[in-house]
Amino acid sequence: MSFRMPNGAKVEDRPTRRDFFKSGAAFATMTLAPGVTLMAFGGSAASAAVDAGKRWGLLIDTSKCADDCDACVTACKTENGWEGNGDAERDVQWIRKVTLKNKATGHESSMPVMCQHCESPPCVDVCPTGASFKREDGIVLVDKHICIGCRYCMMACPFKARSFVHEPVNNQKPHAPRGQGTVEGCTLCVHRVDAGGIPACVESCSATGNGAMVFGDLLDPSSEIAQRLAEFPSVALRPDLDLNPGVRYAEI
Amino acid sequence: MAIDRTLYREIPVTNGLWASAAVLVAFLLGAFASFVYVEHHGHIVTGMTNQIVWGMPHVFAIFLIVAASGALNVASIASVFGRMAYKPLSRLSGVLAMALLAGGLAVLVLDLGRPDRLIVQMTHFNFTSIFTWNILLYSGFMGIVAIYLWVQMDRSVDPKWTKPAGLAAFVWRLALTTGTGSIFGWLVARPGYDAAIMAPLFIAMSFAFGLAIFILVLQGLCRLARLLALFVAVVLYFTAVQHLTNLYAQEHAGFEAFILKEGGLYTTLFWGVQVVLGGLVPLALVYGRSAPVTAGLARLVSGLVIVGGIAQVYVIVVGGQAYPMELFPGYEVSSSFLDGEVAAYAPRLPEIALGLGGVALALFATGLGAKVLRILPSNLSDHNLPG
Repeated sequence: MSFRMPNGAKVEDRPTRRDFFKSGAAFATMTLAPGVTLMAFGGSAASAAVDAGKRWGLLIDTSKCADDCDACVTACKTENGWEGNGDAERDVQWIRKVTLKNKATGHESSMPVMCQHCESPPCVDVCPTGASFKREDGIVLVDKHICIGCRYCMMACPFKARSFVHEPVNNQKPHAPRGQGTVEGCTLCVHRVDAGGIPACVESCSATGNGAMVFGDLLDPSSEIAQRLAEFPSVALRPDLDLNPGVRYAEI
Repeated sequence: MAIDRTLYREIPVTNGLWASAAVLVAFLLGAFASFVYVEHHGHIVTGMTNQIVWGMPHVFAIFLIVAASGALNVASIASVFGRMAYKPLSRLSGVLAMALLAGGLAVLVLDLGRPDRLIVQMTHFNFTSIFTWNILLYSGFMGIVAIYLWVQMDRSVDPKWTKPAGLAAFVWRLALTTGTGSIFGWLVARPGYDAAIMAPLFIAMSFAFGLAIFILVLQGLCRLARLLALFVAVVLYFTAVQHLTNLYAQEHAGFEAFILKEGGLYTTLFWGVQVVLGGLVPLALVYGRSAPVTAGLARLVSGLVIVGGIAQVYVIVVGGQAYPMELFPGYEVSSSFLDGEVAAYAPRLPEIALGLGGVALALFATGLGAKVLRILPSNLSDHNLPG
């Protein structure tokens, strides 16, 4: 059983699988020869890679995001296997292209919107079982094993970033398990990040030459994302809610 | 004035009782079939979407859960507020409260995406979630009302314990409905929710809905119709404050215009059914006459309050989701995911059948309770009523 402290820290009174892997990986590192990683018990070195000293984030420069480009959305679908059936109301959407129009000036900008990986995520607060959780490196995820499909997180998310799986799912990717009757959303390609890579959307955006998306550690002052955020103005979606999202937008 | 001795009896078995049971079982079977159907195919076969994530099952479930705590009113009037004339009805009041809660919770659980994981919910608690607190409040309500009934029904228990048990149940039901209202009151994301008034509004709603159902189940309890009208007035008052507060804030102007003026079905349900049919008409029917309220009129008023109440819960639950969220204040949004658009919702048969099954379960459980327990007074002597 687990519960959360008022400061959001998750307290476990029994070891979780992640704790087990952490300790297992530490033990393996200490006892095996350097350079050898123990891949026992179905775990992976990546499971132990969550670093509380990091906060992963995205910077999206809307001035570089082309209106008619949806490479990031396509890449996410391919990477995570959530292709829909053309039913806009019920298909899941981990990431979508949104057009923002300034009501006063008429100025339009196009940008991708996905889970904003909030520092104070409302979805995590409201989840009755703790299936919605935030990793120590800021990535907000759904534990598919304990999601009961109540959809309260979808009621609570101000960004419509979560989707409910309305139908049986086929051809799942091993790194992105999905399940009918559970809720899902952008994982920030946690499987890639834990292996030292970058999210599929960011990679595809670079490949188009637009380069509108930057991924990195917000807490590392030497990272490109931290430097650009420090140098140029940027905003969060729903800044009035003060959720401190890990995703930031520039040039809206 | 001496109080006549009240004898409690099980409900007698008649053909009418069997017929009612058969009808209710038919509804229960319909709900079970819906549950299996949706469980197998997924929620794609319901009218619910990624925009309207809580639909008809939640309207029924929340109505029943809110009404459950209100059904305890009559017992509270006797035990907590000392109106002994209502004491003979306390037992029915407690059983009805538990039955309504069971009906509502059954709908809620069977509509989960993964109802098979109920055991997960029983073993994993996130205490920042009001849902988690509600699970404890709901379970506790069942336990406390059961104790309250036992204290009343077991002759070996000293009657002095009735008042403390009744008081505990009364306080608990206030907490329970606060929890139910806070499911919406604590949602910061959506303009239709995020308001502290949700908790007291839900408490007022529970007083009205629960009493209305009680009067209907008992086939008319004329004297309580005036109390019901008072509760209806309180619901109207809180509703007015809720909307006036929102109207004062420019940021909520869009949502208010949606519910009060431009929302189509939601506007019709709000003004036509909730406010006029379920509010003003019952008030006029009860307070507009000098003669005592008849049993027929009490039933009519109760029916109107229930219809208005379901409309109110529908407007809150579905209307609150249908209005689009503002992604970035001051900007219009549009996307392939229907951002910035009013979400459509057309409930389909499976979700309506499931909701009606919850109502059937509540009534069946109440009937079963009356059949096996001595909860119904065999004589409701007018001598016991104050003059």
